[in-house]
Amino acid sequence: MEFLVASAIGLLTAAGIYLVLRLRTFPVIIGTSLLTYAVNVFLFASGRLTVGAPPILRAGVDSYTDPLPQALVLTAIVISFGMTAVVVVIALGAYLGSDDDHVNDAPEEEGTP
Amino acid sequence: MSLFLVVALPFLGALLPGLLNGAGRKVCAGTTFAVTLTALIGLLSNLPALLNGEVVQARVDWLPGLGMNMNLMMDGLGAFFACLILGIGLLIIAYARSYLSRNDNMGEFFTYLLLFQGAMVGIVLSDNILVLLVFWELTSLSSFLLIGYWKHLPEGRQGARMALTVTGMGGLAMIGGMLILGNIAGSYDLSVILTQREAIQADPLYVPALVLILLGCFTKSAQFPFHFWLPHAMAAPTPVSAYLHSATMVKAGIFLMARMWPVLSGTPEWFYLVTTAGLVTMVLGAVIGLFKHDLKALLAFSTVSHLGLITMLLGTGTAFGAMAAVFHILNHATFKAALFMSAGIIDHEAHTRDIRRLGGLRHLMPVTFVIATIAALSMAGIPFFNGFLSKEMWLEETTHTYLFGPEWLVPALATFGAVFSAAYSFRYIGHVFLGEERHDYPAHPHDPPAGMWLPPAFLTVLVVVIGVAPLLAQPAVKFVTAAVLGGVEEVPGAYLAIWHGFTPALFMSVIAVVGGLVLLALFTPLLKLWDAAPRPEAKTIFEAIVEAFARLARDTTQTLHNGAFTQYAGILALTIVAAGSHAWLTGSDAGPARDASPVNIIAALGWLALILATAFLVIKHRNRLLALILMGIVGTVVSVGFAFFSAPDLAMTQISVEVVTIILLLLALNFLPDTTPSESSLGKKLRDGIIALAGGAATFVFSYHLLLREAVTTPISEYHLENSYKGGGGTNVVNVILVDFRGFDTYGEIIVLGIAALVIFALTETLLGGPVRARLLNRVPDKPLAGDRHPLMMVVLTRVMMPVVLMVAVYIFLRGHNEPGGGFIAGLVAAIAVVMQYMASGFAWATERQRYPYHGIIGAGVLVAGLTGIGAWFTGHEFLTSSFGYFRIPPMEEFELASAAAFDLGVFLAVLGAVMLSLESFSRLARRAHVEDSEYAMDIDPSREDDAAATATALNPGKEG
Repeated sequence: MEFLVASAIGLLTAAGIYLVLRLRTFPVIIGTSLLTYAVNVFLFASGRLTVGAPPILRAGVDSYTDPLPQALVLTAIVISFGMTAVVVVIALGAYLGSDDDHVNDAPEEEGTP
Repeated sequence: MSLFLVVALPFLGALLPGLLNGAGRKVCAGTTFAVTLTALIGLLSNLPALLNGEVVQARVDWLPGLGMNMNLMMDGLGAFFACLILGIGLLIIAYARSYLSRNDNMGEFFTYLLLFQGAMVGIVLSDNILVLLVFWELTSLSSFLLIGYWKHLPEGRQGARMALTVTGMGGLAMIGGMLILGNIAGSYDLSVILTQREAIQADPLYVPALVLILLGCFTKSAQFPFHFWLPHAMAAPTPVSAYLHSATMVKAGIFLMARMWPVLSGTPEWFYLVTTAGLVTMVLGAVIGLFKHDLKALLAFSTVSHLGLITMLLGTGTAFGAMAAVFHILNHATFKAALFMSAGIIDHEAHTRDIRRLGGLRHLMPVTFVIATIAALSMAGIPFFNGFLSKEMWLEETTHTYLFGPEWLVPALATFGAVFSAAYSFRYIGHVFLGEERHDYPAHPHDPPAGMWLPPAFLTVLVVVIGVAPLLAQPAVKFVTAAVLGGVEEVPGAYLAIWHGFTPALFMSVIAVVGGLVLLALFTPLLKLWDAAPRPEAKTIFEAIVEAFARLARDTTQTLHNGAFTQYAGILALTIVAAGSHAWLTGSDAGPARDASPVNIIAALGWLALILATAFLVIKHRNRLLALILMGIVGTVVSVGFAFFSAPDLAMTQISVEVVTIILLLLALNFLPDTTPSESSLGKKLRDGIIALAGGAATFVFSYHLLLREAVTTPISEYHLENSYKGGGGTNVVNVILVDFRGFDTYGEIIVLGIAALVIFALTETLLGGPVRARLLNRVPDKPLAGDRHPLMMVVLTRVMMPVVLMVAVYIFLRGHNEPGGGFIAGLVAAIAVVMQYMASGFAWATERQRYPYHGIIGAGVLVAGLTGIGAWFTGHEFLTSSFGYFRIPPMEEFELASAAAFDLGVFLAVLGAVMLSLESFSRLARRAHVEDSEYAMDIDPSREDDAAATATALNPGKEG
């Protein structure tokens, strides 16, 4: 099971990095979203994997999974939505303003400061 | 008066001249004078205690954790320097009142001057080296303002910049040295450090500390090779030069060397560094000074030379040297301030400082002549003036100093320097005041008003009094010397006198005076020789170095920061992988401690779905809609995975966020092209692929490694699990952590989320207010639109579902403290309920029915959460401490009320508002000019029904709605 989760994190990261390195805004946004998944799952996994022991206190149960990474990841998920939205509006503004959705600045002409 | 007040007065007083600028020049200067006088009187009020043998102290803890406390102390040395700073400050203020013209902003000038004065007094009275460093940097900054006071002069600006660069760099070095010193001594208090001579000198870090501190002192006191900034600082108004270069700024380095004398001196390192630097500076300054034609440049190099003399005396490490240094500090301050002021008078009256255009002024300016002559003769070392006394002590000391090479080397070099020193002093008299009266002065010179000549005249009186009756100064000099020596050595028994018999020093003095006269007689041929000799120009070298650094910085920045974000991302990814790999390869590993859990078939299927979706996503990412759908699959698998691995809260959050994210990206895709063109070459794709695989492999290995090992230290989660119910009153530990244990964190998060939403709103508004608006309004959709914009089934369904979904949100919210759920998830679910209405029934219809602006909802959320936190104050707890209790209202069951629920309500509102504001902003972009906003839901585009009706609509738009 650990192998499955770790390989999923690795693949999401690789796909995320590859898409972030594309030249247009939309794939970059998708790439950052994939990286977000990878980071969130990784943070969550730092509490180690446990099946069937949610951190909801029950009488007579004394084994629970680590709740702290969950709390941290929960806010991270919500914040990442906010950040994605900001990036998207910036990308949209750039595209609508100049009809160009390239991520990089055009290379400067030789000789210009 | 408390020492705090003495130090604070100039700083507080600095406000006044600036404010009183409108009240006139007299008030301005008078206030500054009064402030300085009060500080001086306050200082002197501590003298009786000092003379009783006490060290006056004032202590207040500032940052005790760092050992940085506002501790002040006044011993003999501090008092001596503070008196010089404030006393000469008074004379300078009086002088500047007459010197500054009506075009100069006097309030500004005096404000800078007082700031500088306060910083200097702070340096000499500090008992904590960290506080001393703060004042040290303040003098660099305020002297920058003073030197560059005439902002219209390029020399002023360049000189100020050079002074700041050189002294600022020295200050940085000194910070390092002081920190080392404090670490060795175990305290940053000078009074403690000064008792640790043996420990400090035995420490292996003594030499680095010494070099760093000396760098600070040498740059400040213009010692070779950092002497070049001082002459360039002469572009300042003359009162500034007189103040900074006689008694204050450049003496700060000297002061620090004297202050640190008991702990740093006496070692070979100290001796060779300080003595050599001092001697070289002394000779170099004297030789260059003779050939300068600008009066102030001549004085500047003579200052450099005299500072070298004092430095050398401190460097010898003998008690006699220290006493001579103290005495010369006093004498130099008196005659040099007078000389600078006389140079200012000549400049002010004759409108030139060029010696070649002056001469024969003795009859035109008799008062100035007397003042300048007395001061210059003192500088030359003529008996019956104070300069003679300390200079002879210096010559005496050189005969006992052996530095590299033969015994006669130091005395010979010193005599050589003294010859030039006498020569430039005589030149100051001979070429300016003596000789033929000329008729081509730029302005007809005459003596200045009393306000300008009285201050230097007062100083020349001191010059003569000390020079004739040195016994008067002896007690003070010995008292200060005792403070410098700090008990390490006995105060020397030698007394200050004009006549010591036929000593070697007397012969050297005679040689210096005679040699000086000879040099002046031969001045014209010597000058030709000097002008012909090649000399390195310090300013050119300095500017070349600065330019080289600037170019290096510019090139580095432009190479790394060239606007290619893809490149940044690639470099970032590779750097992280490289740093991680380094740690991985050099670290040690204990081997797996956990057994891998068995693979479950459902988990394997989910994994497969995720792998396939991600792989397809990368391959097919050019089709943007498909990419979005595949991303949705990934997100869904991730949320199912959360649920599988015991994280129900995360699963619910992830799935809700997934929904709103996909809606958001769909809205964005509405405006963006549907496909991504293929632009990268195969080579570039391969390169990116390798970077991506490196990153992926690194995270895989790291995650796998982590998952098979236990935490390095015990996680604090045990505490959370134990106290969740007892202390937080909830059984859902994740929610209790969010609203209670880490409530402050969550509070910050909702504020960030709110800010993000407001940023989106603001950017959308900007877009709609600019040229983009026209383009958006006239946009022709690039894909066919659905015939019925608001499908009947969807409208009916969403409206029926709305109350149900809201009910679910309320349920999730209420159970959140004890079961999976809470404000975050409830907020997202409620947002989805509202967004469905926008999607199904249209923007106009939904906006019409929206009662509260989303900004307000965000604000209300943050406010509710904040007020809940503040509420804890009223029960005597800290911010955001939650409390709860159990209540029973018959006939209901007993139920729980927790303040955390109110906080969670704030979270709910903020999340709802933020999500809605973001999505709504995007939808506003989508409204177009030629499509009417429909008030009616379930509208059908008739153009699909028949062409006739379509024509009718086109002719009569709006009727169909």
